[in-house]
Amino acid sequence: MRLLNRSAGRLSRHRRGPIAGLVVLLLGLLMTGGLYAVFAPAQADSTDSQEELVKDGRELFLVGCAFCHGQNGEGVLTQDGTQYGPALTDVGAAAVDFQVGTGRMPMATPGSQAPRKEVVYTDAEIAALSAYVASLGTGPAIPDAELYDPDTLSSEEYDEYVVRGGQIFLANCTACHNFEGSGGAMPRGGYAPKIRGVDPKHIYEAMLTGPQSMDTFSDGNIPPDDKKAVIAYLNTLEEQPSYGGFTLGGLGPVSEGMIAWFVGMGGMLAFAIWGASHTTRTSRKKDGADA
Amino acid sequence: MTDSHDSIEPADSHGHGELVPDEPIANPGLPAHEPRPTDVDPAKEKRAEIQVAVLFALSGICSVLFVVSYFTFDVGDNWHVVGGLGASTVALGSTLAGALLFVGVGITHWARKLMGDHEIVEMRHPAYSEESDRQRALEDIKVGFEETGIARRPLIVFSGVGALGLLGLPAVVYLRDLGTLPGDKLEHTIWGQGGRKITIVEDGEEKEITVPKMRISRDAIGTPILASDLEIGDLVNAQPEVLFNPTRYYMEHADVEGAELQTHKSKASLILLRMEPGDIKPGKGREDWDVNGIVAYSKICTHVGCPISLNERTTHHLLCPCHQSTFDMADSGRVIFGPAGRPLPQLPIEVDEQGYLVAQSDFTEPVGPSYWERDYERDRFAEGD
Repeated sequence: MRLLNRSAGRLSRHRRGPIAGLVVLLLGLLMTGGLYAVFAPAQADSTDSQEELVKDGRELFLVGCAFCHGQNGEGVLTQDGTQYGPALTDVGAAAVDFQVGTGRMPMATPGSQAPRKEVVYTDAEIAALSAYVASLGTGPAIPDAELYDPDTLSSEEYDEYVVRGGQIFLANCTACHNFEGSGGAMPRGGYAPKIRGVDPKHIYEAMLTGPQSMDTFSDGNIPPDDKKAVIAYLNTLEEQPSYGGFTLGGLGPVSEGMIAWFVGMGGMLAFAIWGASHTTRTSRKKDGADA
Repeated sequence: MTDSHDSIEPADSHGHGELVPDEPIANPGLPAHEPRPTDVDPAKEKRAEIQVAVLFALSGICSVLFVVSYFTFDVGDNWHVVGGLGASTVALGSTLAGALLFVGVGITHWARKLMGDHEIVEMRHPAYSEESDRQRALEDIKVGFEETGIARRPLIVFSGVGALGLLGLPAVVYLRDLGTLPGDKLEHTIWGQGGRKITIVEDGEEKEITVPKMRISRDAIGTPILASDLEIGDLVNAQPEVLFNPTRYYMEHADVEGAELQTHKSKASLILLRMEPGDIKPGKGREDWDVNGIVAYSKICTHVGCPISLNERTTHHLLCPCHQSTFDMADSGRVIFGPAGRPLPQLPIEVDEQGYLVAQSDFTEPVGPSYWERDYERDRFAEGD
C-alpha cells in the first residue's frame, strides 16, 4: 500500500496537469460504464431471449400444433381412446427439432406414418417451438454439432468411425432401413423411410427420440460416440460411387428383378418382334426367271 | 333317351353328305411368292453380305474390347469411375452385350436377307407309331422277359434284390461320416454357459466355482448393458457377453471365433425391448422374466430362422422381413400374423449385483425353426396364456 502511494505520489508530482484529475475521473467512469455495457446487458438479454423464445414458441404452438397435441401439449385422445396427437410433455427439444425440421410435422393428415416433406417453419420458428416444448417437461435437448457431425473427425479417426459405424448400422438399423439406408416395408402398410441425404443432426435426433413407430436408441442403448460412427458410415454411403452399375434404388432383388423382366426382357422381345415384322418385298422378278 | 337318339341320328347321317360339302370354301392356296430385293438385285445381295460380315466383325471387336477392359480397369481399392458408375462393370457389361447382340443380329440379318425364304407347308400326321411297330415292340419285350427267366429263377431274383438293398448301407455309413450328429445342440445356446458350475485348479487344489451369470451385451459394440441404461421405447440388438469377453466365463477365445462364433450368434442373438411395465402381459410362469419392463426374446424367427428386428415401438409388434410373421413382444412373443408356428422363445432375465442385465438361464425351449425331434409339449403359449 505504501509502495502504491509512493509511486502515485511520484507520478502526480511530475505529471499532474491542471485537468488531470478530471481526465482520470472521466476515464474511470467510461471504463465502468463500458465494462457494464459489455457484461451486464448480455446476461439480461439471454434470459429475456429464452423467455421470449418460449413465448414465441407457445404462440406458434397454439396455432400450428395444439389442434392435435392439446393447448398445453398434453395430447388429444379420440373418442375410442386412441391417440389423435400424442402428449409432448416429455419428448424434449430434439424431438421437435427432428419432426418439424424434416417437415414431418405439421402432418397433412393424422396417422401413424409421418412422411418427410417440405419444411414449413423457419429455423428461428423451429428453435422457438423446440424451446417451448422443452419447457413442458423433460426429454433430450438438441445435440451439439460435435456430437453428430462427422466433419469434426480427423481423417484417421474418420476411417475407424466408418468401420465401427458400419457394424453398428448392420446390427441395428438395416432390418428396417435397408442395407444401404433405402428404407423398407413395415407391418400393415407402414414403411421405414429412406435415410440417405438426411442432415446428420436429424439422424442423431431420430436415434435419440424414436420418431413415430421407430424404436428409441437412447444414449444408454447406443452411446453418443457410436451414434456419430453410424452417421460417419452413412456419410460414406453418400459419397461412394455405385461400382456395380445403376443402383435401381438400392432396394434389392425386387426392383432389380422387375427391371430385368420388364425393361430387359421386354426390350429384347420388342426388338425381336420388330425385326421379324419387317421384310421388304419387291415386285421385280429374278433376272432370267421371268421370261 | 333312346327316342331322342333315334330322332337325331338319321338327320345327322343323312344330312352330312347333302348339306355340307367337303370344302365349303375353295382353298385359295398360298399367295404367290414375292422375291426380296436381295433376291433380284445382285448389288443389294452383295451389300447385305457385307452388312452381315460387318455385324459379325463388330461382335468380334466387342469381344476383344471385353478382354481389354477386363485387364485395363482397376477394381481394387481404387476403382476407375465413369459417370458415377464403376468403369469396369460398365465396360464389361456393354462389350459382352454387344458381342452377343451383334452375333444375333448378324445371323438374323443373314437369314432374312440372303437365305432361302420360300414358304414350306408340312401337313399334320398322327404322333403315334404304326400299329405293326407297336406290336413288334411289345413282342420284343415279352421275348426278353422270357429269356431272362425271372419268373422261373426266384433264387436269382431274391439274391439280386438283397444285394441292391445292401448297397445302400455303405452310402449310409459313409455319409454319416460327413459330419457329427447334431445331438442336443439345437436345444441349447451359449446363454447356458453363464451360471454353470465348473471345477478349476487354483494353487494346486481343485475348487468348484460358479461361472458368473451371462451378461447381455450390445451387438457390434460389445459392452454389457445396465438395466438403468435403457429408456422406455429402446430396442437393443444384443448378444451374450461371452462372445466379446470369453475369459470372464471361463471359455477360450477359440470357442467364440470363426465358424464357432457364427454358430453361437445364429442361436443366441437377442432382442431386448423396454416398454411400459403395465403393457406386458406375462405368460404363465413368466411373471418374473422381465426387469422393469425390459423383456428379452430370441432374434431368430421360429418359421425358417431369419433374424428379426423390425419392431414397431408403438405396438410392440416384431415383423420378420422374410415371410411377414409378426410377433407380439408384450405377450410372450405370440404369433399374431404369418406362417410362424410357434411364439418367439423368451429369455428370462434379471440384474446382477452391479446392475447389469443377465440371463437367468438358457432359453427354456429350442430357438429357431421347428425340427423333427422337437418337443412340442412346451409350445403352449397362445392368446390369453
